[in-house]
Amino acid sequence: MSSDLTRKSAAQLGELIASGETSAVEVAQAHLDRIAAVDPEIKAFLHVNADGALEQARAVDARRAAGEELGPLAGVPIAHKDVFTTRDQPTTCGSRILEGWRPPYDATVTARLRAAGLVILGKTNMDEFAMGSSTENSAYGVTHNPWDPSRVPGGSSGGSSAAVAAYMAPLSTGTDTGGSIRQPAAVTGIVGTKPTYGGSSRYGVVAFASSLDSPGPFGRTVLDTALLHEAFAGHDPMDATSIDAPVPPVVEAARRADVDGLRVGVVREFGGEGYQAGVEQRFRETVELLESLGAKVTEVSCPHFAYALPAYYLIAPSEVSSNLARFDAMRYGLRLGDDGTRSAEEVMSLTREAGFGAEVKRRIMLGTFALSSGYYDAYYGQAQKVRTLINRDFDAAFEQVDVLVSPTTPTTAFPIGERADDPMAMYLADLCTIPSDLSGNAAISVPCGLSPEDGLPVGFQIMAPPLADDRLYRVGAAVEAAFTDRWGGPLLDTAPELGGAR
Amino acid sequence: MSTTTTGPMGYDEALEAYEPVLGLETHVELGTASKMFCGCSTTFGGEPNTQVCPVCLGLPGALPVANAAAIEYTIKIGLALNCSIAEWCRFARKNYFYPDMPKNFQISQYDEPLCFDGYLDVEIDGRTVRVEIERVHLEEDTGKSLHVGGSTGRIHGADYSLVDYNRAGIPLVEIVTKPIVGTDRLAPEVARAYVTELRELVRAIGASDVRMEEGSLRCDVNVSLMPRGSSEWGTRSETKNVNSLRSVERAVRSEISRQAGVLAAGGRVVQETRHFHEDTGETTSGRSKEEAQDYRYFPEPDLVPIAPDRAWVDRLRTELPEPPSVRRRRLQAEWGLSDLDMAAMHNAGAIELVEATIAAGAPAADARKWWMGELARRANEQAVELVELPVTPAQVARVAQLVASGSLNDKLARQVLEGVLAGEGEPDKVVEARGLAIVSDDGALGDVVDQVIADNPDVADKIRGGKVAAAGALVGAVMKATRGQADAGRARELILERLGVS
Ligand SMILES: [Zn+2]
Repeated sequence: MSSDLTRKSAAQLGELIASGETSAVEVAQAHLDRIAAVDPEIKAFLHVNADGALEQARAVDARRAAGEELGPLAGVPIAHKDVFTTRDQPTTCGSRILEGWRPPYDATVTARLRAAGLVILGKTNMDEFAMGSSTENSAYGVTHNPWDPSRVPGGSSGGSSAAVAAYMAPLSTGTDTGGSIRQPAAVTGIVGTKPTYGGSSRYGVVAFASSLDSPGPFGRTVLDTALLHEAFAGHDPMDATSIDAPVPPVVEAARRADVDGLRVGVVREFGGEGYQAGVEQRFRETVELLESLGAKVTEVSCPHFAYALPAYYLIAPSEVSSNLARFDAMRYGLRLGDDGTRSAEEVMSLTREAGFGAEVKRRIMLGTFALSSGYYDAYYGQAQKVRTLINRDFDAAFEQVDVLVSPTTPTTAFPIGERADDPMAMYLADLCTIPSDLSGNAAISVPCGLSPEDGLPVGFQIMAPPLADDRLYRVGAAVEAAFTDRWGGPLLDTAPELGGAR
Repeated sequence: MSTTTTGPMGYDEALEAYEPVLGLETHVELGTASKMFCGCSTTFGGEPNTQVCPVCLGLPGALPVANAAAIEYTIKIGLALNCSIAEWCRFARKNYFYPDMPKNFQISQYDEPLCFDGYLDVEIDGRTVRVEIERVHLEEDTGKSLHVGGSTGRIHGADYSLVDYNRAGIPLVEIVTKPIVGTDRLAPEVARAYVTELRELVRAIGASDVRMEEGSLRCDVNVSLMPRGSSEWGTRSETKNVNSLRSVERAVRSEISRQAGVLAAGGRVVQETRHFHEDTGETTSGRSKEEAQDYRYFPEPDLVPIAPDRAWVDRLRTELPEPPSVRRRRLQAEWGLSDLDMAAMHNAGAIELVEATIAAGAPAADARKWWMGELARRANEQAVELVELPVTPAQVARVAQLVASGSLNDKLARQVLEGVLAGEGEPDKVVEARGLAIVSDDGALGDVVDQVIADNPDVADKIRGGKVAAAGALVGAVMKATRGQADAGRARELILERLGVS
């Protein structure tokens, strides 16, 4: 019974709980059991909130018993990325510098999850301050890919992708700054959306790069992902960059799942050298599938996407160097060397030295340099110009087509340790995802099969103009339905059983 | 050759050899109900760290949202200073580490100020000096550090430091002048007149209570000297946080003398920040600007640009109050004062006090007499501004009323004011506690008059004989006997009545 519940979709669980066929407590317990069984191997969670989760589940059951109408996700468990502040659980961002920090406030996304009755199982592992594509930069150890535990689950939201792919939660949250939702979704065979920038609130998201960070949902199905998207997206007066507009009709679009007559543009620049053959093969098959479903496919050129990666690695670190300045051992988090003999500056310096990992330090230094007087125009200023050119490429493309498509990431999940000492190789994992972050538009990754050479999942990326997030779900759901038909079930059904299961 | 240790040069001598160039940077804390980027109260004097929240504490994940009222006040100040208002501008981050700055960056404005290119005319000795305004921009205040232990009260050498973040995030408007040239020996007076005029203007707009003693108006005074006949400006010093009108004037005067002494001895003025000391009237060296920090300004990505609607700006322009100089001319006419008297009141900062005293019921002449006479004398004795005296316009009005009704004479009234200034309470309480009421009750006064007549038979006879002028001697005796508390007019009446000559 327990393991059955963990195999259900969020939409199904919501219906079972609302109808009283099962209780939220049963559902929560089933997932907590699953976590106890498989997380020692996967290590997706930094903190499991068993008592709190059961309490939240009991509250949902009580509301139902009192005759209250429950929302579609009430009582459904969720794994929450450790970048979101939570009043009742620690928030570390995968960093030693925030070890044990208990925020005095909930992020807007956290508060909306609670309001929707979602049961927060715990906080998931991530690359430190969301900087990375593998979770190897976490101060608390690496998370393993449920398809092959010797491989990475992607990153930075790798704990969240692994938790969903390993059936420890039907849903999870992530943040996407350079691909941190779509890339882990792709390499674990699940669905992940980066909403339009400003479409979901950043209030209470510990900042990585303010002009890029986009909180978004993970799910095993396109509909589940849309339900979660709808539950926490939308305008937030606490975030000045939040867009004051209704959430696009994402759930309706996921149910509609039709691409007839839709104009689909294949980005010419994303392919060729550096792309795994099996990834390109599955991508081409998916494009053909869309054509067979009635979509009009054309090739589109976005010449400036080639400069997206270097521009990103100037803009994001610049913002990092400023955003992470607040970790100074004064008010919260780690404090080292405060023995009465050292000055505030020495304590701050010792704490930052020990509290930040290598990648975080690398980016703080890059950003500090890029913003320095005399270098600003050549680096930060120039990168902003590239950003404008990328926006123009998107604008021009979206005049011709309704959505753009590409592989989500050039390769399947790479082995743990393979790129850990090679930042440039690591950065290439986000090659196809970064343009959407720089322009602030919406993008999704949906599974499109296993790469023949390694049997690992491949992600298909769909990009839409700002506030046209619903198109992602229309196309994503159509692809999902057709492939499920072709494969005789969801892709994840073909994943190997984990050691502790059943 | 670096700086020398020669003493300052006399002011007159300094002015013969050098011409001063001034620059003033004034910070005004706005009187908005809430802080610049969060909802916390701005009330002065709260218990430390009681007016704080995740935003103004810079907690991880918290985001700023700009206060619309602060933007409106800033535009009004800009308009009143004849500035152009930016069509589009952004906030910027000014990055530097300091424990009283929670984020380790200050949200300010850099190369896109909200208001720019204005002027303010000030009058000195009947001459109008135009002070050109470079820019008016909006930023957030820092917290307040208290360094405990050590000799200097600064962070270096302190045993420990306490930080109060109540002030962190209070909206601050910075008003920067262009270099002020050609003021010659009037430079100290021009500096003071400018700050006085600016303060009145900001108060008239209602943008701030501009209380220098509470730090809601602070002034940085830049001074440089150029040798007579030269047109090349010298190196400037920046005297920080001068916090009274009188100190602004003294700081300029002191810097002119000091720099002249350095230059005359063949030394060179160091570009540095200096601190002004109220007790000595001199400045001492602070941080050298030659090791200036690189603030790594960049546009604040957490906030959206400000694009003030032109119609709104035009409406704000029509809402501006009567300019202080126009208002002064109007009050001068109403009060019937000479230019000289009005200028004296303006320089003493007495106009608002007199106006408020009149509003509280005192005749104009009385209000002016008390503030410009007795109270000005006391302020001068204590080396404080009139407004800093612990007496309110309402209390002065009450004293004037007691004199007008005959309950007090001027001599007693001065004693009452002395009591009020000494913290003995309201005027009526002081009168009672000190027993200062005029003896005008005929019974008690009659007894004294009878006694005086009996003691001075010769004088009494003269009066009886028609030498009414001799009554003055008996009135004097009555006043002496009552230690000044008698109503002299009534005493004279009684004397003449008793002696049958009335
Ligand atoms: Zn606050």
